[in-house]
Amino acid sequence: MSMIELQDINVRYHSGKSENHVVRGVNLSVARGECVGIVGESGCGKSTLLRSLVGLEGHWTGSISINGEALGPIRTKDQLRCAQMVFQDPFASLHPRHRIRRALSEPARCMGLPVDDARIAAALEEVGLPASFADRFPHQLSGGQRQRVAIARALIVEPPVLLLDEPTSALDVSVQAEILNLLSDRRDERGLTFVLVSHDLSVVAHMCDRIFVMQNGGFVDELSPADIGAGEARDAYARQLLAASFLEELA
Amino acid sequence: MTDTKEILTVQNLDVTFARSAMKAVAGVSLSLGQGKVGIVGESGSGKSTLGRAIMRLLPPSATVTASKLTFDGNPLLSQSEREMRALRGNRMSLIMQDPRYSLNPVLPIGRQVAETAILHKGLSKSAARAVAAEMLDRVRIKDVARVMESYPHQISGGMGQRVMIAAMLLSRPRLVIADEPTSALDVSVRGEVLELLNELVTADGSSLLLISHDIRMVASFCDRIVVMYKGRIVEELSRLSDARHPYTLGLIAAMPDARHPVHRLRVPDRATFDATERSGSPA
Ligand SMILES: Nc1ncnc2c1ncn2[C@@H]1O[C@H](COP(=O)(O)OP(=O)(O)OP(=O)(O)O)[C@@H](O)[C@H]1O
Ligand SMILES: Nc1ncnc2c1ncn2[C@@H]1O[C@H](COP(=O)(O)OP(=O)(O)OP(=O)(O)O)[C@@H](O)[C@H]1O
Ligand SMILES: [Mg+2]
Ligand SMILES: [Mg+2]
Repeated sequence: MSMIELQDINVRYHSGKSENHVVRGVNLSVARGECVGIVGESGCGKSTLLRSLVGLEGHWTGSISINGEALGPIRTKDQLRCAQMVFQDPFASLHPRHRIRRALSEPARCMGLPVDDARIAAALEEVGLPASFADRFPHQLSGGQRQRVAIARALIVEPPVLLLDEPTSALDVSVQAEILNLLSDRRDERGLTFVLVSHDLSVVAHMCDRIFVMQNGGFVDELSPADIGAGEARDAYARQLLAASFLEELA
Repeated sequence: MTDTKEILTVQNLDVTFARSAMKAVAGVSLSLGQGKVGIVGESGSGKSTLGRAIMRLLPPSATVTASKLTFDGNPLLSQSEREMRALRGNRMSLIMQDPRYSLNPVLPIGRQVAETAILHKGLSKSAARAVAAEMLDRVRIKDVARVMESYPHQISGGMGQRVMIAAMLLSRPRLVIADEPTSALDVSVRGEVLELLNELVTADGSSLLLISHDIRMVASFCDRIVVMYKGRIVEELSRLSDARHPYTLGLIAAMPDARHPVHRLRVPDRATFDATERSGSPA
């Protein structure tokens, strides 16, 4: 059974008389436990699509269902818990004047889940941070440390679906390896379903079962990890992405 | 490119944050002429702190010392804040790790980019807007007219990075410190933005210090690669294949490679680097 089902999703932003049609007729079906990747041009609508899916974007049309339940633009607590998002931007996603403890406990409390200090310590350790970081403010952490906090915050409510928007683009490759292994382990253990947006084709090839290439708000190609390894694609834009990605540098 | 003239000289730079026992940057020495130098290293290794220390943009809680820190002959540590402001964004420029953080949230993008053109080229308002539009187009912003009217929260992550780069390119600085300038760009746009940065270096003889996690990109784009670990430079390379330090080798091994799929990625073993660090020389 499919965990995520998107039909004909469109997102339009209006400013004055002009209309910006950002997501154009996206259909997507993701099986339980599957990891699907999205790559594509900057500004083509990837984050907007994920925000619509997770309930942060009210302007979409079409139909969204997660775990068999049809979802509207406004969600209940339980509906919000079932899909968590890790944002592209680890700076903007943490409140600058809240300590890490609060950043981690607040979403859980909002969804009616109890959190004590031991739970927070475990959540930090799970992403490779010392428990003492609970007392810090976001500006006292490096970019990569903040992103790990963001991942801990998404995992703490134990959602079945995780939407990852460039989760490791702010991380160095050693932490990236840790985080990607951590995400794979959680997926194996709990059967989590992932949608992963990344500009790094090696990352999506490593993590995903299927990869969609997005351009101008719509999917233009679907690749397998092996296609990326071989540098092969049907669509011209997808081929251009493969060619520009320095995949051969380390050979 | 040959480093004919030194643009930036850093000797023995230390940065310590208040209430922190460890130095965030420890004994870093670096000299930059015309050309492209990349800094890689794990998260928290002090890359951004080094960049901000050079720009004198660290908070008061940071103590910065160096036996030498000069830019075009100016001793940076003894410049007044006013003199620094005159240098920053003019002859030296920092592109911050988070673009939307450094844009003014209540001003439209077009005005912010045009402002740079007014400041640096002494252009009239309308001429500055035209120059700004042209530069946004060169960094491959689509729909320039709409983006110029947008506010920072209405543009995507990668668009924000390109807006910052466009503003920087308008001021044509001698030294650019770019902190993860392309991390949110798709690979094809990234290629074009890198080409613009390359033009700045070759045409104006500028110096680029490129901070990035993307070892593949740094290796193919930069002339030299500086590897940082725990605030220190552990290795300086002209080619990745020359890497000897176990830390650098660990970073390289941790990267996924689409042509050699693995089930789990190799996570570098920190204990080994720390032992190497203590014994003083790479194994
Ligand atoms: N709140 C908003 N109001 C108006 N336009 C918006 C808003 N949010 C996003 N957009 C526009 O929607 C388009 C898609 O943005 P989105 O953030 O989804 O791109 P993206 O594919 O995630 O790009 P990137 O890879 O650079 O992060 C852009 O043209 C952007 O300007
Ligand atoms: N304002 C601050 N107060 C206290 N500690 C800080 C502050 N800014 C940075 N640090 C610490 O200094 C160290 C270096 O941080 P820095 O941001 O330079 O790392 P980085 O190499 O840029 O990492 P990343 O790749 O994650 O951006 C980290 O341990 C960080 O927690
Ligand atoms: Mg995005
Ligand atoms: Mg940094």
